[in-house]
Amino acid sequence: MNTAVKDTALFGVVAVLLIGTGIVQGWNSALLILNMGLISAIMALGVNLQWGFAGLFNIGVMGFVALGGLATVLVSSEPVPEAWQAGGLRIFAGLALGALTVVAAVKAQQHFKGRTKTIVTLVILIGGFFLYRGVFDPGKEAVEAVNPALTGYLGGLNLPIILSWPVGGLLAAGAAWVIGKTALGLRSDYLAIATLGIAEIIIAVLKNEDWLARGVKNVVGLDSPVPDAISLQSDPAFVERALSFGLEPVVASTLYNKAGYAILFTIVLLILLWLAQNALKSPWGRMMRAIRDNETAAEAMGKDVTARHLQIFILGSAICGIAGAMMTTLDGQLTPGTYQPLRFTFLVWVMVIVGGSGNNFGAVLGGMLIWWLWVQVEPLGLGLMNILSSGLEDGSDLKERMIESAAHMRLLTMGLVLLLVLRFSPRGLIPER
Amino acid sequence: MDFLNAIVAFANFVFVPGLAYGAQLAIGALGVTMIYGILRFSNFAHGDTMAFGTAITIMFTTAFISMGITFGPLPTALLALPFGIGATILLLLGTDWAVYKFYREQKAKPVILVIVSMGVMFVMNGIVRFIIGVRDIQFADGERFIITAREFKEMTGLEEGLAIKTTQALTVVVAFIVMALLFWFLNKTRTGKSMRAFSDNEDLALLSGINPDWVVKVTWMIVAALATTAGVLYGLDKSFKAFTYFQLLLPIFAAAIVGGLGNPLGAIAGGFVIAFSEVTITYAWKKVLVYMMPENLEPDGLVQLLSTDYKFAVSFAILIIVLLFKPTGLFKGQSV
Repeated sequence: MNTAVKDTALFGVVAVLLIGTGIVQGWNSALLILNMGLISAIMALGVNLQWGFAGLFNIGVMGFVALGGLATVLVSSEPVPEAWQAGGLRIFAGLALGALTVVAAVKAQQHFKGRTKTIVTLVILIGGFFLYRGVFDPGKEAVEAVNPALTGYLGGLNLPIILSWPVGGLLAAGAAWVIGKTALGLRSDYLAIATLGIAEIIIAVLKNEDWLARGVKNVVGLDSPVPDAISLQSDPAFVERALSFGLEPVVASTLYNKAGYAILFTIVLLILLWLAQNALKSPWGRMMRAIRDNETAAEAMGKDVTARHLQIFILGSAICGIAGAMMTTLDGQLTPGTYQPLRFTFLVWVMVIVGGSGNNFGAVLGGMLIWWLWVQVEPLGLGLMNILSSGLEDGSDLKERMIESAAHMRLLTMGLVLLLVLRFSPRGLIPER
Repeated sequence: MDFLNAIVAFANFVFVPGLAYGAQLAIGALGVTMIYGILRFSNFAHGDTMAFGTAITIMFTTAFISMGITFGPLPTALLALPFGIGATILLLLGTDWAVYKFYREQKAKPVILVIVSMGVMFVMNGIVRFIIGVRDIQFADGERFIITAREFKEMTGLEEGLAIKTTQALTVVVAFIVMALLFWFLNKTRTGKSMRAFSDNEDLALLSGINPDWVVKVTWMIVAALATTAGVLYGLDKSFKAFTYFQLLLPIFAAAIVGGLGNPLGAIAGGFVIAFSEVTITYAWKKVLVYMMPENLEPDGLVQLLSTDYKFAVSFAILIIVLLFKPTGLFKGQSV
């Protein structure tokens, strides 16, 4: 069997799984899995760019995804004029002072030598910190005091939410630039720890800086780029068309809404996939892989390894940011409390490794397949436990425990899948070619 | 101006909690550093290993209490600790046999082993949830305080109280014993010396007839003991929750790296550096400053440099600073 047939067959398997889900559990859940699967595939593309192309070990995916989510709020929600009046300028002045302090400290590092360097840097940093807090804190408090139950934040720009997807990518790219500048020179496992830490910090900022996106109070009711179910149901033309197809209007409207998302996401995925594929085949892609396989040799050929690493780190993170913005759009709300590294960082890694690192189609396949598994492990596990424990009498301790434990099958299964693939097929389902 | 009260307030809110937390991080970081030194990879499953050992210890603790066995004023968990360690040793040796051995024999790149440890992390996380669930569990029993704030105030007549929890004192004592035992083992016994030799230069160690399988086995056993002890001490002092233990990975790694990966002394120093910076930077200093300043200069705000939610930011900032200026850590660590 040649490779093209095998790859197509693997994607066919995903299609069969989704169609099967549609028949057994309803088309609504099938579309839901498809939508999140498409988003997961985009995240996997981003990580594959960094790990598969360049061998960069980034386990801060969650942070970039969350930044994308932040972009949706900043772009699409209504601005809060009272909050802007209360302390908007102060906040930005404070942030500017903070940024200035860091820049000044870096410049001082380059300019002075010896003991003066240490002293000047410390003075700048400590003085700048207190100055920043002095300007920033009153502004923050004033903004958060504006109608805290409903707003208490600066709000966004009230632009179409679809614009937030590229903006999410830009935000993530900006963060990646800062991180890359400081951490990319480090060894691979140091970079891993550094990115893990950055992701936690980004989540902490989102949770605590209420003026930015309401923190753990969440921003709900974000706009939707496709008509939402409720407004469709109140549209007589839509109801009539649904009935003429023999569909319940309520069902038809949710399906229409989800299918709309699926089409949008597929378009984004195809564009990114096309770009990534062209990049991989271009001289730039070959250079990246050459750097990955032998840094010293690539350097000897005059390639600027650090700059290329920074470049691909930014690109990959930007893709994760785009996916994050898409995910928040799909959810219709930003809930910083729900970002967990196991789900948003390590699961994406499982997708890349299982799909095949270094191959874009592999990453997409892994994203869709592993997401399907992640969702279905729970019902499958529950079914399995029900069968296994059917011999036991109802209400027995063991039976209850077995059924309860099905809820924890997910992590175990993902770990086993990752370990088995690494052991028996380390190059993944669709290996690099 | 009242320095005595200021010192007591400082001890109560910063020094004692920092010391206990530092000791917990130090033991955790010792485990990470041992794996790095001997097996040469960063073990991402360490937090979940700690959670596993603690979960088993909690189960034995509940069993002991239901059988009526307690440890007097000390937490019953100390009696259960050896059983937790035993189970963790079995788990880690099993994991090594089933997972890591293959890659070691292949001489896989360290980064592959790190990814493998991510898989192990998932599995262990799942196992812990299977056996104990995701709830927050308090399992400290016995005497809660060695000295309460009120007793201290009555004793000394000071305005500020100094409370020392049993678990805090216990942490420091146990940590001291564990560290002493570990250094004795590494420096005085034949196996310990062969482990250090293996860590310094693998080829030379193999040449002089050191059995690598034995060294690896002993390492896992020691790591199991360290991880379980660290986990149980942390759980006694605060509480047990599977997810919190996973998050401990970051400060623990920061401690190990700041001290110098692969260097046990560095891990201990790093643990205390990270713990004290986390506590001092996220503590609201108003309470201490009130006693130090003349009345008209007393601060209005809380004088908290960063809110406690940013404690990860502190570990991380220290990590970055050390890596930028002293890439091998405060004590000289290895770099591969």
